Amino acid sequence: MSSFEQDDDLNQTAKRVGVVAGGPVLTRRDGLKGLVGVAAVAGLAACGGSDDEGSGTGGGESGGGTGGDVIVNGSEPQNKLVPTNTNEVGGGRLLDSLWAGLVYYKADGTPENDVAESIESSDAQNYTIKIKSGQTFSDGTPVTAKSFVDAWNYGALGTNAQLSSYFFEPIEGFEAVQSEPPAAQTLSGLAVVDDTTFTVKLLQPESDFPLRLGYSAFYPLPESAFADMEAFGENPVGNGPYKLKAEGAWQHNVRIDFVPNETYDGPRKAQNDSLSFVFYETNDAAYSDLQGGNLDVLDAIPPSALATFEDDLGDRAVNIPAAVFQSYCIPERLPHFGGEEGKLRRQALSYAIDRDQICETVFSGTRTPAKDFTSPVIAGYSETVAGNEVLSFDAAKAKQLWAQADAISPWSGTFTLAYNTDLGHQEWVDAVTASIRQTLGIQAEGAPYPTFAQIRTEVTNRTITGAFRTGWQADYPGLYNFLGPLYATGAGSNDGDYSNPEFDALLQQAASTTDQDQANELLQQAQTILFTDLPVIPLWYSNASGGFGENAENVQFGWNSVPLYYQVTKS
Amino acid sequence: MGWYIGRRLLQMVPVFFGATLLIYALVFLLPGDPILALFGDKPVSESARATLTAQYNLDEPFLVQYLLFLKGIFTFDFGQSFSGQPVIDQLARAFPVTIKLALVALVIEAVLGIGFGFIAGLRRGGVFDSTVLFLSLVVIGIPVFVLGFVSQFVFGVKWGIVSPTVGGDPALADFIMPGAVLGALSFAYVLRLTRNSVAEGLSADHVRTATAKGLSRPRVMTVHVLRNSLIPVVTFLGTDLGALMGGAVVTEGIFNIPGVGNLLYQSVVRQEGPTVVSVVTVLVLVYLIANLVVDLLYAVLDPRIRYV
Repeated sequence: MSSFEQDDDLNQTAKRVGVVAGGPVLTRRDGLKGLVGVAAVAGLAACGGSDDEGSGTGGGESGGGTGGDVIVNGSEPQNKLVPTNTNEVGGGRLLDSLWAGLVYYKADGTPENDVAESIESSDAQNYTIKIKSGQTFSDGTPVTAKSFVDAWNYGALGTNAQLSSYFFEPIEGFEAVQSEPPAAQTLSGLAVVDDTTFTVKLLQPESDFPLRLGYSAFYPLPESAFADMEAFGENPVGNGPYKLKAEGAWQHNVRIDFVPNETYDGPRKAQNDSLSFVFYETNDAAYSDLQGGNLDVLDAIPPSALATFEDDLGDRAVNIPAAVFQSYCIPERLPHFGGEEGKLRRQALSYAIDRDQICETVFSGTRTPAKDFTSPVIAGYSETVAGNEVLSFDAAKAKQLWAQADAISPWSGTFTLAYNTDLGHQEWVDAVTASIRQTLGIQAEGAPYPTFAQIRTEVTNRTITGAFRTGWQADYPGLYNFLGPLYATGAGSNDGDYSNPEFDALLQQAASTTDQDQANELLQQAQTILFTDLPVIPLWYSNASGGFGENAENVQFGWNSVPLYYQVTKS
Repeated sequence: MGWYIGRRLLQMVPVFFGATLLIYALVFLLPGDPILALFGDKPVSESARATLTAQYNLDEPFLVQYLLFLKGIFTFDFGQSFSGQPVIDQLARAFPVTIKLALVALVIEAVLGIGFGFIAGLRRGGVFDSTVLFLSLVVIGIPVFVLGFVSQFVFGVKWGIVSPTVGGDPALADFIMPGAVLGALSFAYVLRLTRNSVAEGLSADHVRTATAKGLSRPRVMTVHVLRNSLIPVVTFLGTDLGALMGGAVVTEGIFNIPGVGNLLYQSVVRQEGPTVVSVVTVLVLVYLIANLVVDLLYAVLDPRIRYV
């Protein structure tokens, strides 16, 4: 369900919920930035900072009093705008404005029904989904149960090669439509009951399945789409708060213009008169436009401005935790890190890190020290999970635990922490290893790998000989998504081969509990086990950093760090 | 003359094939599986892989892929990028933008460079000459992205005289700042080249003769000094046009101009082979033709040169 999070800086990567956009977009930005970063800092230092009036006047001029025409940053979608074939943030934010799903996520990540009237299940495995009647696409055709079922079947079918097909994996019949050649054309777990009702059968109980339904892969498609998906993706027709301004409103590599869709009558009704996404090749250019008043909302501050943007923008700066969790893993198979000795050493290595100081000095406050294994933007998150004191900096405690471990078997050798150098991790790794060195008095150093691909290969093959950095970006706003795929016995991304039957039992219990509050409680209990075992050592949450223009109002960032564009207004 | 042009055009054929083969091979050799890159970290099912592989001929050996690409080029079918856009459309959108930008840069560097260089050459050693020489040295010393960011910040953000970025549907005026930045380095070279050339020309025999037979000073300076001094400058400007178009990656990035550099950069990082090869192929052609035009201009500037 989830993917490994390659880079810890939201500003540099284009990411879609749970999907790291491979190498492409990521390096696209980085490549140029490495080159231009220094210059931008020099430019700002030389010319700016002393007065804010420059940007102020700029803003006033181009705001022009046109009222509600909101201009925001975007990037050219990598693919045609088809919900099941978009897995990066450039296209994803457009889809979320053009479509309405069964549920949508409020700013804090809690799901609310959008198109759905009700989503019901007694066993967390068989779902009956009713949609509101009278819903239409922006071309006037009705949104029915079939619109959803057909769209999901299209997305799941292997020969359609849809990039988000993976999201349909929990549904019964997925293997059959993905085999080569496909053994079935449609998912056996989906059935249309009537115009406004359909049923979903999952392979196993997953109580947070409804929570995932706000993701774009689950959007409905109008009948007309299936005739020519390519052409549809160029001029998409959705059922969301916006529609294309006109045929051809998507100017490739330049911008795309939306106007409110008057047939949409859901909870995300557009509050502005129009919404335009301007595509930027670099975040530096977008940031200049924000300062110059050409842009109303920016959700990605370039690294060159991270240290200064809060001064530049004042109360128009946004810097909040994102659904991205950063950590490092010490596998149990390493010498000195197995059994009771390993447990003590892991705890010592956690107490030895001064997270607050590193977040402040290395990251200029654009990271938030971790308090658990999930993220503060996820509903059900708690700062006070029992056992999380292990994440505080306590040199005495660290020394004491380390000495206890030494009593079992004396420490020898060097502690290494592997990281990939292509995405700027060296600074914090140096800071963490220095913190460990000073606190515990042992040899500790970073182990650089040239590329992300290389470190992942060694981690996956279990050939890595030391600790290594890990990270996770959520697919959907649920606690389970941060725990199940990472620490359950044998889970796909359980890089440290962690296994604890007690933890597994709690996870399973949570997955089959239909009451979300109760499930969250079970998951918090499961986290308490993690705090003793420390399958990974939590470090911090990445922040979403952005800003908005002088006339922009009601700017709020969603749980996935994308602004809620429909509610932005301009004075 | 016609024969000469024909011969030169024929010479372009092997250059064209050599260049495209080389670029195609380089893109082909890029590490990493484009299908995996497309899916991010998600697993790729066998059926999806089979579909995409067949669609982009990825299972064919290298030479066959290259020949299929060439076949496409000659039928003006440049293929599709992985995102499903026809490459020809991408080219048609990006090239006009970059040509405009390159021409603005070229005009700025030519007019200012030759103008200042001419004056400096005439008054060698004077205050103007020294100032201009010093300033051009400074310009040569500053990397283009520093110049870009500083002018963007000062003129765009701070003073708000111009828009910090260009974006879509640009007017010609929008290109002045990016064009000046792009052409700045070449401007410095043109200036120095002209200055030296003019200074040499002043002491040439034919200039002394012209002055001796009583021609007015302005006429001597423009017709006899400047025209002769322009030969090396024109060579430089001609080859520079190709460089300006291909080398605008950084400038286009800073000012968010949706041109060729932008397209090329995105295609490289997204491993979109067909787009990269097509863009570079067109750039190679531009380069070759610009060179030919330069050679032909020699004859115009220097009557002693004849092409047969």
